[in-house]
Amino acid sequence: MTGRMVVAGASMAGLRAAEQLRSAGWTGAITLVGDEPHMPYNRPPLSKEVLAGKAPFESLAFRPRASVADVEWRLGTKVVASRLAERAVVLDDGSELSYDGLVVATGMRPRRLGCPGPLAGRHTVRTLADAQGLREELTRPGVRVVVVGAGFIGCEVAATAVGLGVAEVTVVDPLPLPMVGPLGELLGRALLRRHEERGVRFALGTGVARFEGEDRVTGVVLGDGTVLPADVVVESVGSLANTEWLDGNGLDLTDGVLTDGRLRVGGRPDVVAVGDVARFPNARYDGVPRRVEHWSIPTDTAKHAAKVLTGAEPAPFAPLPTFWSDQHDFRLQSFGAPALGRDDVRVLDGDPAADVLVGYHHAGRLVGVVALGGPAAVSAAARYRAELLQQPALTA
Amino acid sequence: MKVVVDMNKCQDHGQCVFAAPDVFQLDENGRLAYVDDPDDALLDEVEEAADVCPLQAIRIEG
Ligand SMILES: Cc1cc2nc3c(=O)[nH]c(=O)nc-3n(C[C@H](O)[C@H](O)[C@H](O)COP(=O)(O)OP(=O)(O)OC[C@H]3O[C@@H](n4cnc5c(N)ncnc54)[C@H](O)[C@@H]3O)c2cc1C
Repeated sequence: MTGRMVVAGASMAGLRAAEQLRSAGWTGAITLVGDEPHMPYNRPPLSKEVLAGKAPFESLAFRPRASVADVEWRLGTKVVASRLAERAVVLDDGSELSYDGLVVATGMRPRRLGCPGPLAGRHTVRTLADAQGLREELTRPGVRVVVVGAGFIGCEVAATAVGLGVAEVTVVDPLPLPMVGPLGELLGRALLRRHEERGVRFALGTGVARFEGEDRVTGVVLGDGTVLPADVVVESVGSLANTEWLDGNGLDLTDGVLTDGRLRVGGRPDVVAVGDVARFPNARYDGVPRRVEHWSIPTDTAKHAAKVLTGAEPAPFAPLPTFWSDQHDFRLQSFGAPALGRDDVRVLDGDPAADVLVGYHHAGRLVGVVALGGPAAVSAAARYRAELLQQPALTA
Repeated sequence: MKVVVDMNKCQDHGQCVFAAPDVFQLDENGRLAYVDDPDDALLDEVEEAADVCPLQAIRIEG
């Protein structure tokens, strides 16, 4: 096989795509274009070990497979436009790259709050630079922190801040419980209690109206009028897909890049999407295209997409989503699609006040399992993984 | 092939066990045990296990 594969986005999904192209038999050139200055590194530690000062950068870098030793890395370079009909992408240095196959792997960036107030003192956590900058602020004595957003990253950051000795950590969210969207009420309540016991405060059921302060944030004004004094604010209110460079090609870019059941973009055989940015139907579930921001997805999508791009016709993509989250001294471990079974949640084992294993059901069938607690709960969840894998497709 | 797991990094996620059950196991205490010189025929599985380790604690040599 000759010619050139171009991978746009040189993070986890981009790296895995290059490696999987080699595994699928592609011996031609591969060029990875990434706007960060770094080689691909692992993001989950950013809100945990890196923020806690426990993981140096060297420990984050992925170890690429030997098979990609000869690929070309264009780091610190952004893809700014594309003409899919002509098989070309345009880079920010003005040059163009033509390709035989294109992998879209440009991931997400944090969404920002649009409400009024100063910008200084407000942080997001997506990149190494973000985590290092936030760490510097959190380690100042007496600092007061408000985390906006009680999702996974917000809860992780709050837990890490408490672990760093920050005395005042408050999490704000318009929803009534942490992580209630993906996990439902039962675990939301269990998580709230665990965080509160370890010193995290919550202001739930109300959002941010505006930020106080002249040059820098000094407080957060909530929708109900409450003012939370704050030296540091962390915004973890979701993410936006990096797809602007695909504009003008007639693609559906409403939330990430829409793919078919084989991860092909725009019905083309020569363009695929992988990782967080891909909005794909999962043949295991209801066929509704969704983006999945879980660490397991870059590897799963890369494997499938590489086969497609090298001309194979694999079965429709049907990964088993897998997620974990480390907060304080406990872990959440999820297999399957709990959000699809949020209306029928049953305790499978244990007790929400201690270690617990929870099953999520749709039309009476188990569609997801989540463990909360120590190693015993987590390995119990793993025992259900085989059951989830074996189930026939769920149709809407 | 030689497999080395950095046990200081390992946090018992068990993802390697799903990817390469012939090479990686969790013992009854949930701690990782593994074969450090698996057959070369298992390279694909072991590479996958290394990829899916959230701590990137698995290294393949030779
Ligand atoms: C703080 C944090 C903690 C997390 N913790 C967990 C966890 O505990 N468990 C879990 O399961 N998942 C976790 N995740 C999710 C997981 O890390 C992501 O799913 C994964 O990083 C997605 O990889 P990706 O390569 O698709 O996207 P990204 O990692 O976002 O990579 C996209 C890359 O493309 C680059 N790029 C964007 N636009 C362009 C362009 N136009 N040209 C060139 N390059 C471009 C970006 O700069 C970036 O380097 C966490 C994520 C974050 C941010």
